Amino acid sequence: MAEPLVKKDDDRDDEDYSPFLGIEKGAVLQEARVFNDPQLDARRCSQVITKLLYLLNQGETFTKVEATEVFFAVTKLFQSKDTGLRRMVYLMIKELSPSADEVIIVTSSLMKDMNSKTDMYRANAIRVLCRITDGTLLTQIERYLKQAIVDKNPVVASAALVSGIHLLQTNPEIVKRWSNEVQEAVQSRAALVQFHALALLHQIRQNDRLAVSKLVTSLTRGSVRSPLAQCLLIRYTSQVIRESSMNMQTGDRPFFDFLEACLRHKAEMVIFEAARAITELSGVTSRELTPAITVLQLFLSSSKPVLRFAAVRTLNKVAMTHPLAVTNCNIDMESLISDQNRSIATLAITTLLKTGNESSVDRLMKQITNFMSDIADEFKIVVVEAIRSLCLKFPLKYRSLMNFLSSILREEGGFDYKKAIVDSIVILIRDIPEAKESGLFHLCEFIEDCEFTYLSTQILHFLGNEGPKTSDPSKYIRYIYNRVILENATVRASAVSTLAKFGAFVDSLKPRIFVLLRRCLYDSDDEVRDRATLYLNMIGGDGLVGETDKDVKEFLFGSLDVPLVNLETSLRNYESSEEPFDISTVPKEVKSQPHAEKKAPGKKPTGLGAPTTGPTSAVDSYEKLLLSIPEFAGFGELFKSSAPVELTEAETEYAVNVVKHIYDGHVVFQYNCTNTIPEQLLENVTVFVDASEAEEFSEVASKPLRTLPYDSPGQSFVAFEKPEGVPAVGKFSNLLKFIVKEVDPATGEADEEGVEDEYQLEDLEVVAADYMLKVGVSNFKNAWDNMGADCERVDEYGLGVRESLAEAVSAAINILGMQTCEGTDVVPSNARSHTCLLSGVFIGNVKVLARISFGIDGPKQVAMKLAVRSEDQAVSDAIHEIVANG
Amino acid sequence: MESCPTVKSILLLDSEGKRVAVKYYTDDWSTHSAKLAFEKSVFTKTQKTNARNEAEIVMFDGYIVVYKFIQDLHFFLIGGDDENELILAAVLQGFFDAVGLLLRNNVDKKSALENLDLILLCLDEIVDRGIILETEGSVIAGKVATSGLDSAGSLTEQTISQALATAREHLARSLLK
Repeated sequence: MAEPLVKKDDDRDDEDYSPFLGIEKGAVLQEARVFNDPQLDARRCSQVITKLLYLLNQGETFTKVEATEVFFAVTKLFQSKDTGLRRMVYLMIKELSPSADEVIIVTSSLMKDMNSKTDMYRANAIRVLCRITDGTLLTQIERYLKQAIVDKNPVVASAALVSGIHLLQTNPEIVKRWSNEVQEAVQSRAALVQFHALALLHQIRQNDRLAVSKLVTSLTRGSVRSPLAQCLLIRYTSQVIRESSMNMQTGDRPFFDFLEACLRHKAEMVIFEAARAITELSGVTSRELTPAITVLQLFLSSSKPVLRFAAVRTLNKVAMTHPLAVTNCNIDMESLISDQNRSIATLAITTLLKTGNESSVDRLMKQITNFMSDIADEFKIVVVEAIRSLCLKFPLKYRSLMNFLSSILREEGGFDYKKAIVDSIVILIRDIPEAKESGLFHLCEFIEDCEFTYLSTQILHFLGNEGPKTSDPSKYIRYIYNRVILENATVRASAVSTLAKFGAFVDSLKPRIFVLLRRCLYDSDDEVRDRATLYLNMIGGDGLVGETDKDVKEFLFGSLDVPLVNLETSLRNYESSEEPFDISTVPKEVKSQPHAEKKAPGKKPTGLGAPTTGPTSAVDSYEKLLLSIPEFAGFGELFKSSAPVELTEAETEYAVNVVKHIYDGHVVFQYNCTNTIPEQLLENVTVFVDASEAEEFSEVASKPLRTLPYDSPGQSFVAFEKPEGVPAVGKFSNLLKFIVKEVDPATGEADEEGVEDEYQLEDLEVVAADYMLKVGVSNFKNAWDNMGADCERVDEYGLGVRESLAEAVSAAINILGMQTCEGTDVVPSNARSHTCLLSGVFIGNVKVLARISFGIDGPKQVAMKLAVRSEDQAVSDAIHEIVANG
Repeated sequence: MESCPTVKSILLLDSEGKRVAVKYYTDDWSTHSAKLAFEKSVFTKTQKTNARNEAEIVMFDGYIVVYKFIQDLHFFLIGGDDENELILAAVLQGFFDAVGLLLRNNVDKKSALENLDLILLCLDEIVDRGIILETEGSVIAGKVATSGLDSAGSLTEQTISQALATAREHLARSLLK
């Protein structure tokens, strides 16, 4: 099949195969002009569409203008009667996902196709139209869709049903009206129609437990033909089982017979679905499990990898809760250890580790040792974790398991794998006292030849804590001091600390340790020298007076009671002066990092990482944050911080929201940025703010965010000066600017070179409400009377035609941004008039009270009378001005 | 679990991991670079396995990937990690068989690219925004071959190749002029 092509360079070889060689967007867009020809060449047009689709498929994007042009050109092709071309037109329209005003252009053509005599046209037109349509158009075509659902052609029916499933997300009330037709389609003789109808029917009724239960009851009596529909039915049945209780008399589960009968179905996917459903029943008994385990066991020896994988994965899960039920499969499981598919082998091993008993451990370890060398790191980690839990289960077997861990520790492996092993050894040392000495010894061996600085330092730290408590601490010294001689500065520094710990806690070693520490005084690295000096002076004990031995140890080796992040910010803000830095001023609450927490749900810190967790209160104090930034320190007291305003759509590349911090004479925008692209590292992130529509504001400071790695939010700030005490308003347009660097997802390392890029954010407005603090009063009448009428101002306003009184009230409250008192924000329905009581504190700390009376007349004209009292006439006027301008 | 079985992505890559045709049905990979990175890791993780007789399977990053290779083409189907593996495998097999029929068993990268329109139509007939439309290879191929739809479901291989012959007359013999 090789083409007799002229030999070219090797690296060009594969490209010779492609009919798209040298394809270029601009040229193809030019070619698309053939769509406008009066005499359409169907084949040529098909080819051009294929090229366009090829470009899109390769990740090429069209600009808005290009897409619109192509779309309009493509719509011309409806004139052609060529069926092949029409199919391509359908595809193209779906790919272009036209906007609402463009959709109108093709609606009539598609509706014509929906009523065509050709079934293929009908099915495809339904899918295209439902994909691009919105709610209003949907009501127009609803009638046809209902007919299509019960169409005798299965492809047409499926097209309508599947479209219904999608439309249910956006227009549930319309789709729900189709229940009768969908119900009829469930009885269809065509397999896939039944599947789609069942899926849609269940989604329509999913919130109605009774209806779902009825549906399941009627269908489990056996009218479902399609395997896919049967799988769905099994899922729905287990849902019903979950929600209903056991039959108390017999102890039988409702519908269990049905699930069991499905184990004898002819389609493998149904058998498996049923077996899986049974194993996942809550409180499943071993009697119920047996038939499911039996079929899964048969799958284990299947010739199909997918079947073996599915079975072993399910059994692996069962083994966690019912290890005894799975032991019958152990022989089949053991033969899977040598499976070609390494995922299957790993699952088999870990299942065996879970179900194995004490006597089989040694044999298993031998098998695993042979197998470890040829699986990927991620599987090795799974195995290591399984071995760790096995060891905790059978502590007497620690010797062989520890030997296994140490032997794999010596082999090649990546960081995560090595860390998993080290973590396991550490846990074993902690939980099994007998394992301590040999475990520590293995770790010492490991750091003799460890390429990961992080692991070396962590192990040295751990050695320092555990080593002095062993029977013969002196034997570890050699390993530790070797690090001082051979390693990089970070490891050397940590080795010095470890040495010092031995010196501090083991008196007999003190003189020898001092000799070693003194040698470190000549180290080439500052940190190493500093540490050595500190320890020599402190533990040496002759320099300081009044410090007890215990204090010294607590000072040197005790844990730090403030979060490191906070300490870092405080130190950064500390300006060298006469005043020494005081650690007690460092805030102790931890700033919340919702994203980081979300990423690792329920992951308990184990091993070496465990001791570093600090308190996790989520108090987020803007004020402290702002105070810590020297540029903003001179702005005085923070008056108000707004709620975050989103400046990006959900799920964009970069998520940015802004918090407006209002000061008397300044405004600070805090842009909270999140980078959602794992392959990118952003640096020097600034927000370029155009304040041309905010005349009273002038930019005074901008604080860029130095780095913004993936999924860890950071803040960039921009500060503006504004006239003091004045509620200046304005509109700001924002442009995110940054340097983007590619990150290799495998190593997490960023490229040296970055590219400047920018990202348009939505506009941001500073409105009058930003200058108002919502502060309530308990008794409005008292407060109103006490304030007196000295600075009162009353005026009337027409609000024009409003939808309802309630809507007018909430609009007025929002404009003012004040706190409603005594529940007056609630407007009784049908009310013709309403009085609203508001209170707040305006910028400059001026108390403001407002009483607004609303009235609505027949044609929904709303009028409002606003009475404002405050301590300052100017403020009362300002409030009126807000309303007048709003 | 109560939900309908869904397909997250279908990938057809060449023997170097480059795209022939790909389809994504979820926002799990929102950017082009995320997609490429995913394709790269799918490709490298499966590259050394032998998936030429039976479909193979691998699970990573919370996805199940079932795949099958022929010549210099790698077929992948991706689903969520609680999906029924056998359903995913059935869809993959349907895709694989349909492509075999459409390319008249001459399945390789060159012929796939020359008949890219058929491949794209084929993908369109298998999964609609994640929902499985059809799993039977001959039915899928029958729907792609233009005249086949009216008798879809009852096509024998013989009639498909006839249908294909007419379809291919209409459609491009080659995209190169």
